Amino acid sequence: MGKDSTRQTGTDLDAKATSYGGDAIVRFERVQKSYDGVLLVVKDLDLEVQRGEFLTLLGPSGSGKTTVLMMLAGFETATHGGIFLKGEPINNVPPHKRGIGMVFQNYALFPHMTVFENLAFPLEVRRLAKGEIQEKVRRALEMVRLGGFENRRPGQLSGGQQQRVAVARALVFEPDLVLMDEPLGALDKNLREEMQYEIKHIHENLGVSMVYVTHDQSEALTMSNRIAVFNDGRIQQLAAPDDLYERPENAFVAQFIGENNRLSGRVSHLDGTSCAVDLDDGGGRVQALAVKVAGDRARTTLSLRPERVAINPEEGAFPNVFEARVQELIYLGDHIRTRVSLCGKDDFIIKVPNAQGHAMLREGEQVRVGWALEDCRALDA
Amino acid sequence: MAEIAGSAQGMAAITTADGRPLAVALRHAERVKRWKAFFLVLPLLLFLGVTFLYPIALMLFRSVENPVVADNLPRTLAALESWDGEDLPDEAVFAALAADLGEARENKTFGRLATRVNQELSGTRTMIMRTARRVARFEAPFKEAVTAAHPRWSQLETWAAIARLGDRYTPIQYLAAMDLGYDVQGNIVAQPESRQIYRNLFLRTFWMSLVVTLACLVLGYPIAYLLASLQARYANLLMILVLLPFWTSLLVRTTSWIVLLQTQGVLNDLLVWLGIIGDDQRFQMIFNAQGTVVAMTQILLPFMILPLYSVMKTIPQSYMRAAQSLGAPRFYAYWRVYVPNTLPGIGAGCLLVFILAIGYYITPALVGGEDGQMISNLIAFHMQKSLNWSLAAALGGILLAGVIALYWLYNRLVGVERLKLG
Repeated sequence: MGKDSTRQTGTDLDAKATSYGGDAIVRFERVQKSYDGVLLVVKDLDLEVQRGEFLTLLGPSGSGKTTVLMMLAGFETATHGGIFLKGEPINNVPPHKRGIGMVFQNYALFPHMTVFENLAFPLEVRRLAKGEIQEKVRRALEMVRLGGFENRRPGQLSGGQQQRVAVARALVFEPDLVLMDEPLGALDKNLREEMQYEIKHIHENLGVSMVYVTHDQSEALTMSNRIAVFNDGRIQQLAAPDDLYERPENAFVAQFIGENNRLSGRVSHLDGTSCAVDLDDGGGRVQALAVKVAGDRARTTLSLRPERVAINPEEGAFPNVFEARVQELIYLGDHIRTRVSLCGKDDFIIKVPNAQGHAMLREGEQVRVGWALEDCRALDA
Repeated sequence: MAEIAGSAQGMAAITTADGRPLAVALRHAERVKRWKAFFLVLPLLLFLGVTFLYPIALMLFRSVENPVVADNLPRTLAALESWDGEDLPDEAVFAALAADLGEARENKTFGRLATRVNQELSGTRTMIMRTARRVARFEAPFKEAVTAAHPRWSQLETWAAIARLGDRYTPIQYLAAMDLGYDVQGNIVAQPESRQIYRNLFLRTFWMSLVVTLACLVLGYPIAYLLASLQARYANLLMILVLLPFWTSLLVRTTSWIVLLQTQGVLNDLLVWLGIIGDDQRFQMIFNAQGTVVAMTQILLPFMILPLYSVMKTIPQSYMRAAQSLGAPRFYAYWRVYVPNTLPGIGAGCLLVFILAIGYYITPALVGGEDGQMISNLIAFHMQKSLNWSLAAALGGILLAGVIALYWLYNRLVGVERLKLG
């Protein structure tokens, strides 16, 4: 975790990180999965889910994240490697004996049963007494603020309500681990954000471990303790949200999480943690943090967040200062999105915060922009 | 704010821009669309009306219409009005009968009269035929002359039957179709044991249709499930196999069952060749009820599979997965979650197969033998051989009522709007 993090949420997450400690509830050991015997969908996966953690598997479609979740739930078998739940291997344990709660993409509520019957289903399977079932269902429905909806059928509920019933059903039998497969994908934007907080709070209150699959990065950043970014069957980076955003380890993560200016060039001078990079087409020389460069003279992609670029910086404040021409200004309320041409690129984005005394720019204007060495990360080409 | 409140109050009578009530304007706008839709289906409606609804109405009318006796013995029936039914009718009735029979003989319609009365009271055919042939020589008193022509004229039973058959519209064929009839006093009583056929035949038809339906369900359900859960390319191939029987003549399929199942057929030959049965122990597998059930099950199976498949196709895989993740073993999950969601398909398939089976004709006719005959075979018999169309119509009417009752029951239990046929 980033100890030098200045973001408030970052320090909160730090406290959480110590509370769940090093006790892994799920462990993947060198897991591989192939559907057709030709292509690997999951390549050599090593992953631990800590007890009480909210871990998100984030990635574009086809990256293997859902396959990982399905292997954990028991609906897909691992082609190679071991999956362990609380230290026990579960490769050969059928889904119904794993005791893992799951929320599906389209909720998978049973349409022929009422809300009560849906929630009572896992309890009846476990042969609980009638009174106990009623009590547990009542509490679970109250937890998702749906008390009094017992006798409705799923078809009579709105999308958000169905979603909450699905969450309640996955939690009602008190599993230690809950899996969620893009559960908010079918909701509209406002409802989705509301549900994000709701699920996050349920997680905090119950202390269950959650593994959450999504392709929506803002959802992942909002909810997770840690995020595993998947691409091409591999975890590209596994880190806390702030780390992932501020310190991406490769070009894919930098580009996938948040907005990102990419400058490509060649390392000309590698000096421990920092390096100098000659931009292509004589764009100039940039001082950058050497995060993932192959060596001297190797090609590299520089990643720079748009909000870390300063307009008209004080003399000597930054090692990287360039002349830029303002091409386009887009007013977005809290910030002004500014497109400039710089170092031979004309799609360089700067986010100018709409704060008191911010720089007033005009299109066509010539300005100086600058950024710190540690904000500019030299990654793989 | 005030505007919003105003428009909310105005909900009751919203008008269009030119001041017409909105509902009227909408109805007018929709009318053109409705007429267009009506004209599109009009040819089919006319076709159905002429070839389907009209014959059915005609048939139902014929099942209660009873004109023969009323047309041929008008005077006799008029004279019988005052008959008390205790003793033989008086001389006036016999005189009227002689006059009626004389006219029937001239019109050459007495044969139909004899047939009709004979249907009600067997053995009366010769009575009427003989009497009609001699009627020209009769002289008063007619009572002696007529009873001398045939002794059955002196039986009360005969006169009761004629009086009953005099009603132009009568439920008598429906009673006959249910093995009921009138006794001399006009009470409805069961036919003698030896003459009861239809009730048992209805029960057998019902029972065999039920067996066929259940057999189709048991055989079709797993296939539909396989179809719905297979990958598209395998599912398509399998679907062609399911549909293949539709492209083969019904007659060919039924006769091929004869080839397979007859005593000197493929299956028996195989069993004998394998030494499982001796040459003299060959099974009787066709030309009986079992053979009919087997052949009908095979023929009607697609009608079960297709509705089941179309329902199963819409059930997401995630239901089963959700049930399993909640702790249900596979079979329990299947039974509690999957099967209940296929109920509309089960209902539709069973209803369809049962309705088709209950009126099935060609297969039982070909492979039914003695005990595999169904009610439709008897209807055909009355249409083609005995020429008692009224009885055939009554039997058909009862069958129709049964099907409508089933449909009504299904609607009550499951709801027709949940019916899915594909």
